[in-house]
Amino acid sequence: MALPETVQDVPGAASWSLVVPRGRAIRLEALGDNACVSTLLYAAADPLERLNIPDTLKAQMSACIRPPLVLMSDLGRALCSVTGSSLDWHDAITGHSLDRHVTGRFGPSDYATNGRTLGLDRRDLHATVNWFVKVAPDGAGSLAWQEHSTAGDWVTVRAEQDVLVVLATAPHPLDPTPDWAPAGVRVTVGPAEAPGPDDPSRTFRAESARALEAVAR
Amino acid sequence: MTVDLVVPPGAGWIGEVPAGQRLRITDLYGNQAVDTLLYDAHDYANRYSAVDTIREQGSLYLTTGSRLLSVDGDVLATIVEDTCGRHDTVGGACAKESNVVRYGMSTRHQHACRTTFLRQIALWGDGLTKRDLTHNINFFMNVPLTPAGGLTFEDGVSAPGKYVELRAERDILLLISNCPQINNPCNGYDPTPISLTDFAP
Ligand SMILES: [Zn+2]
Repeated sequence: MALPETVQDVPGAASWSLVVPRGRAIRLEALGDNACVSTLLYAAADPLERLNIPDTLKAQMSACIRPPLVLMSDLGRALCSVTGSSLDWHDAITGHSLDRHVTGRFGPSDYATNGRTLGLDRRDLHATVNWFVKVAPDGAGSLAWQEHSTAGDWVTVRAEQDVLVVLATAPHPLDPTPDWAPAGVRVTVGPAEAPGPDDPSRTFRAESARALEAVAR
Repeated sequence: MTVDLVVPPGAGWIGEVPAGQRLRITDLYGNQAVDTLLYDAHDYANRYSAVDTIREQGSLYLTTGSRLLSVDGDVLATIVEDTCGRHDTVGGACAKESNVVRYGMSTRHQHACRTTFLRQIALWGDGLTKRDLTHNINFFMNVPLTPAGGLTFEDGVSAPGKYVELRAERDILLLISNCPQINNPCNGYDPTPISLTDFAP
């Protein structure tokens, strides 16, 4: 029998981590406008295997994360597939807020402590997916943060192996808003169908299929 | 320390560059990707961060004046000269595993940059492991991202003799792989040697 759905509201300026087993999916729903949910992904069985954004983007010829991309580890294996979203752009090239971004503008915080709880440290950081954020280049490579998301925007991500998900809801460092009102996120974890032969992530590109094949069993 | 050497494709180099010293990387034959990582020589965890470098400068590409930032926001080095004009820091390093994803199982045993990185840090010792390999710079490589969200690997914008020169802004450890990738245009399908030359402050 499938495990029931679990729902957790994570407030703005908080951090959280959870293991999402293979065969489950995670749904993130923004609880406010211009949300930023910075996310790190690791193989739960061995966190030395972790999300690799350069490999994910270059294998699938994309400048951003969006359905039906497969989120690939540095070992060429699927961690997750992005199965749906109300948005066609989630940033992955501009990183997460550092303490000094937040404290410089809004005063001290202790939000950046979650990794230590898990035994991870600076050496385990990698490029985050910043769900709900769009920072797009112009033709010359100059980047600009854009008003992009509103409350209710969502994304669904299917775990392709047991995945440790670490997320933080600090405002994106390029978000120019002067007000301290970081959006929270509703995290719903529930059952997911295994990707069949016609799965959009599998049929997207040969590269996506090979990363899924590497975790098939 | 004096550095004046030629690095063939598939080979690498690791060494300390003291604060104030300059190091020139020359693309001797053109269209050659040089995968590069930097570390604070006194705190390897305070290492190069591609995403912080991109974000803080509001630019995808590296060129003269680009400050190469660490995870803690420190300037590890500055690009002080650049006759090429554009360098990538989005595309990462090739690895045997990602070669399989991108080009199929027949490339499984081709040499790749991550293997060079792992070999060099093993030779260096000092506690460096795979955990210390992060998203790197690809000097002389051209990976344009488009406003519509696309990404392509283009022919290099480099040419024989083009060079880039770094100035260390603190004592840094520099790790280089001269990319042996033969499956895409980043090395013109024909990897070639580079040279490394340093200049005292
Ligand atoms: Zn390479």
